[in-house]
Amino acid sequence: MTDTETGARTGTHRAIDAVWRLESARIIAGLARLVRDVGLAEELAQDALVTALEQWPESGVPENPGAWLMAVGKRRAIDRIRRDQTLERKLEEIGHRLETADESAEDFAAVLEDEPIEDDILRLVFTACHPVLPTPSRVALTLRMLGGLATDEIARAFLVPETTVAQRIVRAKRTLAEAGVPFEVPAGEERAGRLSSVLEVIYLIFNEGYAATAGDDWVRTDLCQEALRLGRLLAGLAPGEAEVHGLVALMEIQASRTRARTGPKGEPVQILDQNRGLWDQLLIRRGYAALLRAEKAASPPGPPGPYVLQAAIAVCHAQARTAEETDWERIATLYGILAQRAPSPVVELNRAVAVGMAHGPEKGLEVVDALRGEPSLKSYHLLPSVRGDLLYKLGRFAEARAEFERAASLTRNGPEQVVLQERAAAAAEQASGEQSAERA
Amino acid sequence: MRFLMMTTDDGSDGGAPDEKMMAEMGAFIEELTRAGSLLATGGLEPDGVRIKSEGGKVTVTDGPFTEAKEAVVGFALVETRTREEAIELSKRFYSIVGDGQGVIKQVFGPGDPFPGQ
Repeated sequence: MTDTETGARTGTHRAIDAVWRLESARIIAGLARLVRDVGLAEELAQDALVTALEQWPESGVPENPGAWLMAVGKRRAIDRIRRDQTLERKLEEIGHRLETADESAEDFAAVLEDEPIEDDILRLVFTACHPVLPTPSRVALTLRMLGGLATDEIARAFLVPETTVAQRIVRAKRTLAEAGVPFEVPAGEERAGRLSSVLEVIYLIFNEGYAATAGDDWVRTDLCQEALRLGRLLAGLAPGEAEVHGLVALMEIQASRTRARTGPKGEPVQILDQNRGLWDQLLIRRGYAALLRAEKAASPPGPPGPYVLQAAIAVCHAQARTAEETDWERIATLYGILAQRAPSPVVELNRAVAVGMAHGPEKGLEVVDALRGEPSLKSYHLLPSVRGDLLYKLGRFAEARAEFERAASLTRNGPEQVVLQERAAAAAEQASGEQSAERA
Repeated sequence: MRFLMMTTDDGSDGGAPDEKMMAEMGAFIEELTRAGSLLATGGLEPDGVRIKSEGGKVTVTDGPFTEAKEAVVGFALVETRTREEAIELSKRFYSIVGDGQGVIKQVFGPGDPFPGQ
């Protein structure tokens, strides 16, 4: 093979990869409409991808690659239904029937073409994030089926072995099939709970990228972008849900700070120390717009949900041109509402920071101290980190040093650990300075 | 990754866009906006104003300019995961508009590593 041929091949493979990422969710969703089983739909879509990988390097990428993949997938689906009596019976029960033995795949598929594909994608989202699945499986399945990510990409993003992700996906598909999870958008009372499960998965993906829990990179931007993409997609599919827009607003504004929150050596930079000129104004404006949509969607206006509240807090920071201009009073109030609406020790810890800024470190420390002994925060590095900061501001340097050291020993993130160790050292210096001043 | 897709004036007159094409383009733009990949888009006036700084002196010239070819007449700022995805979107754009040409360039923000650095 000549170099040019190799180049053309890898070029085609890269093009196939791009097509797959753009189209896979639609294809899987469309096939799931036919076979009513997302696991099977995903396998059929993968088969279509394999066919493309075999044929396109020779034949070239077809004019409409998405439609090509869908057509191949559908043909496989029909073959499968014909071979599998149980599947055929199951589909007949829900009113899908192959009328005659020689009915073509296209005829059969055309019967189902009336509904827009978007509805299927929304069904796919709800199915992949079904509460019957453990959270890591929901995350893996969502990235795989809606993000078009390969198993090894998911594994690398979450720093787990590839076999672990593969197993999660296989088990998740089996669980969905065994539990007979219907391919549908939940309605009525079930909807709110199921939606919050979807939002949780998306925000988890975002946060894994935004504040990597382990490893050497402080920000894994790819995951953030994937979560943002999923959030924007969901907002388009379910425009009436205020919390979806709230989550998108929150992610847009947090993502706007990506460039500013890492220093030249890869170390994390706290929001008040960030160069606001590096904030991405385009994303900030998108965030404002999403929050406005959330307010419009909330009709009749009810109490804002947790994502809308967190977005409103993020907006407070985005609106301050300098750190000094930050409206900490409003942030503390919003955290107060959030703490009532969705009580959690982490929210309370954030409230402590805001209270400390709005009403002085002493008041902040009161909120933090109420959290000591909270079992869920036992190994959470931000508790001693926040407490250390407040103690430092109060001039209690020896205590601050101990807290920063504890925080450094708890975090698994390399660059963050360095920052905490530096803060501990600074506190230690102040403390020894005090001692020598006393001795003098 | 952000890419600026620019359509240039290649001198070909494709004629006025028909209703079908407008509808297809509308649907395409809506789809991309909803997916969050389209951040901004617009058409550009043919001539505009040319500005030149030389030896501390700034000269402003109004159009029209003779070398109108290659002039950028429209743009779309998109956010995609890879360069290939941006190319794929561009292909879909041209499958709707028909003949034409353009340039796709990655957009770097402050603090982004520049290629070759």
